[in-house]
Amino acid sequence: MKNEWPLWEVFIRGQHGLSHRHVGSLHAPDAEMAIRNARDVYTRRNEGVSIWVVEARHIAASSPSDKGPLYEPSQSKIYRHPTFFDIPEEAGNM
Amino acid sequence: MDRDSAFFEFLLRMGDNTLVLGHRISEWCGHAPILEEDIALANTALDLIGQTQMWLGLAGEVEGAGRDADALAFTRDFWEFRNALLVELPNGDFGRTMARQFLFDAWQSVQLGKLLKSSDSRVAEIAEKAAKEVAYQVERSAGTVVGLGDGTEESHARMQAAIDYLWPYVGEFFAGDAVDAAMAEAGIAPDPASLRGDFDALVGRVMEEATLNIPEGDFHHKGGRDGARHTEHLGHLLCEMQWLQRAYPGATW
Repeated sequence: MKNEWPLWEVFIRGQHGLSHRHVGSLHAPDAEMAIRNARDVYTRRNEGVSIWVVEARHIAASSPSDKGPLYEPSQSKIYRHPTFFDIPEEAGNM
Repeated sequence: MDRDSAFFEFLLRMGDNTLVLGHRISEWCGHAPILEEDIALANTALDLIGQTQMWLGLAGEVEGAGRDADALAFTRDFWEFRNALLVELPNGDFGRTMARQFLFDAWQSVQLGKLLKSSDSRVAEIAEKAAKEVAYQVERSAGTVVGLGDGTEESHARMQAAIDYLWPYVGEFFAGDAVDAAMAEAGIAPDPASLRGDFDALVGRVMEEATLNIPEGDFHHKGGRDGARHTEHLGHLLCEMQWLQRAYPGATW
């Protein structure tokens, strides 16, 4: 496997988007080629105005098996949503 | 040679270069060494075919005989083709394909730069659209030539062999004739020889970075641009490219 090019994750900012979104991954020998490959693989149909690539090994990710301890405690904490304020009439819809 | 027939010949040369190379590159579809290169090559082929539609479309207009780009692409025989020999050569390995692509991209980028200032506004418009595609293509093919040339022992050896094989086909792009003289005089296109300096500078830079040597000697093959003597490979290519229109004339989908 050591002859395999590293895996890169590709993020594209779309025509109307404000932030870059993860669109997929690809293989490339270096960052420059990763951007060129991303241009050819992921922007063929005029999808983007900006490309980020990051080598997949540099992404630290949470573990799916930690889902319970990480996210479940927040499910019961509805008071964290700002829905308990009385909005003054003059403020209108928010 | 009157101006319009020279103009027609010039446009065939432009369009046949991109048509034949576009077909060659499309032969990689599904066969490239990795998926990413496969898609990139397909994009390049499509860009080249798109440029062909513009060049041959204008050629048909200038000829005024009712032939459109499709008719010119699919119903001429090999002696009527005006592409340089370089683009009809078989693909060889991936390295040779990319070396040929770079040499062609380098010539195109210099040529299109001059055509932006063509006295014929239709030529200038096509050049403007194509120049953006070619600016990307030459960056990509140069990057691959450098990556493989300055890569492993094997990739370097293959790339050097590719350059040695292809180099004698480069000179044809710069050897002008009566057609070119008429185009230069009308201000439609530059004298081919005048592009050599910029081409050599660009190619020299990339070859140096790629640790590749440009072969010595001035000999170059000829016979493609004027259609006098194509290689045996063009006929086989056209056979595959044209058979459907030849077997079912006017077929559409």
